[in-house]
Amino acid sequence: MKIESLFSSGGEWARNDGPHHQIVISSRVRLARNLRGHPFPGWAKKNDRLQILELIKPQVEALPEMNDALSSYLQELSALEKQVLVERHLISREHAAKGSGSAVVVNKKQTLSIMINEEDHLRMQVLRPGLQLRNAFKALDKVDSTLEAKLDYAFHPQLGYLTACPTNVGTGMRASAMVHLPGLVLSEQINQVIQAINKIGLAVRGLYGEGTEAMGNLFQISNQITLGEPEEEIIAQLNKVIEKIIENEENARHILLQKKPGTLMDNIGRGFGILSHAYAMTSKEALNLLSFLKLGVDLGFFPPERQADIDDLFIVTQPAHLQSNATQQKLSPEERDALRAEIIREKLKLFPNPNTGKVVLPKPPTNETHNE
Amino acid sequence: MVCDVCKTNPATVFLTQIVEGKMQKVNLCESCSKEKGVTDPLSFALVDLLPGLGAEEEMEKGAAVQRCPACGFTQADFKKTGRLGCAVCYDTFAEGLGGLLKAMHRRTTHSGKVPARLKRSIEMGVRLNQLKRDLDKAVSEENYETAAQLRDQLRELEQTK
Repeated sequence: MKIESLFSSGGEWARNDGPHHQIVISSRVRLARNLRGHPFPGWAKKNDRLQILELIKPQVEALPEMNDALSSYLQELSALEKQVLVERHLISREHAAKGSGSAVVVNKKQTLSIMINEEDHLRMQVLRPGLQLRNAFKALDKVDSTLEAKLDYAFHPQLGYLTACPTNVGTGMRASAMVHLPGLVLSEQINQVIQAINKIGLAVRGLYGEGTEAMGNLFQISNQITLGEPEEEIIAQLNKVIEKIIENEENARHILLQKKPGTLMDNIGRGFGILSHAYAMTSKEALNLLSFLKLGVDLGFFPPERQADIDDLFIVTQPAHLQSNATQQKLSPEERDALRAEIIREKLKLFPNPNTGKVVLPKPPTNETHNE
Repeated sequence: MVCDVCKTNPATVFLTQIVEGKMQKVNLCESCSKEKGVTDPLSFALVDLLPGLGAEEEMEKGAAVQRCPACGFTQADFKKTGRLGCAVCYDTFAEGLGGLLKAMHRRTTHSGKVPARLKRSIEMGVRLNQLKRDLDKAVSEENYETAAQLRDQLRELEQTK
């Protein structure tokens, strides 16, 4: 498959329809694997890396899941194409910086992506919409089992799967969920929640993973520990925590609606006003305001069918997506901001004014007394 | 004091976290702290930085072996990158890594998936070790009857290998 056809459609994981999709945007599981008898990519000489690449790539392409996939050496991709893949969470920022000696294979639905010679020889991930950590893991585990029959993995009887970084050794698995928590942010409970999550050994990160800022009230929650616990237990624990966070977020929204409906409507109304009428908009501002619009749909201020438009805007207003859809070569940041504002204004013409009259309350909280 | 990450700029952000009763300190300059996302201490886990930083002291302990025989990787390289050179490095630097892995993961023995082709030999290895331990114990307790049985079981198992 050509990269143009991959880019022409959005990823299936970004379709906002999975379980708990109002709060959990997507679920992701990734596994890190290395081949025995070859240095890790960061330490391997160029010839080693090329040899490893030719050992792995045909096996990955032969996976039944990779039928009609995009398979590309990193040096064949332009900087812009790599950036689009990053914005779709199909490759890491680190992988985008790689050139010859590395490759990426992505299935047509953009739910399975395998990076070759990133930090480890193999980094494979499955993405699913909504809260579907177990399904994502099962699908990825199957891919891993197919590959292990063909490739000689580096495995240590005591330490498990060996990885370049000791933080990944053992299962080599990182499971994460991307959650949208405007209620907890607006009610100023988010720091407390993050602290509690950190305390039980889970990590909270921004939109694009390690070291990135939280924007648009979006957070990634993932396991930190990879050694000493079986994969299923790690997934089950993370799942339990995410379910608890969903409950907290629903409670926060409910309480905001009851106690501070003015603040809530003000944020959503202002967001709608600015997005509908701005002529220059940075990607950070767009994300933060779109977050309120998404909340507006969840709360019934906008018709539910507008959800897809907002999900689409979250992606197409990212810098590389803007550039790749532009007719003009190399937009300046100012031109990008203008184009972004224009795309958003056009899309929002489909929106009626926020309807605050028939506000739909989220499910009543189960432990209201506890929260008050 | 210079920044622990870039080792050039003066450190202005000082972080201390206590994980599992163990204190970890990191000193960062302004730009590195931003890059690592340390602007909000609550949303940040020091573990993210650990590979390159806390690693240092832990690795000093295992200074006996200096260079990985398989790939030529050294401890100095690990200090610089926080990444290892190859699979054999885990054995080469096992002594120093032990403490580091414990600090990161709390436990040090994998209990998840095992590649199908290794399953049999790994399970056998576990059983062999157990038998050997039982045998030693029986001998030290002068329980020779049990010891003889265990010895026969061991022989049998080693032959099927």
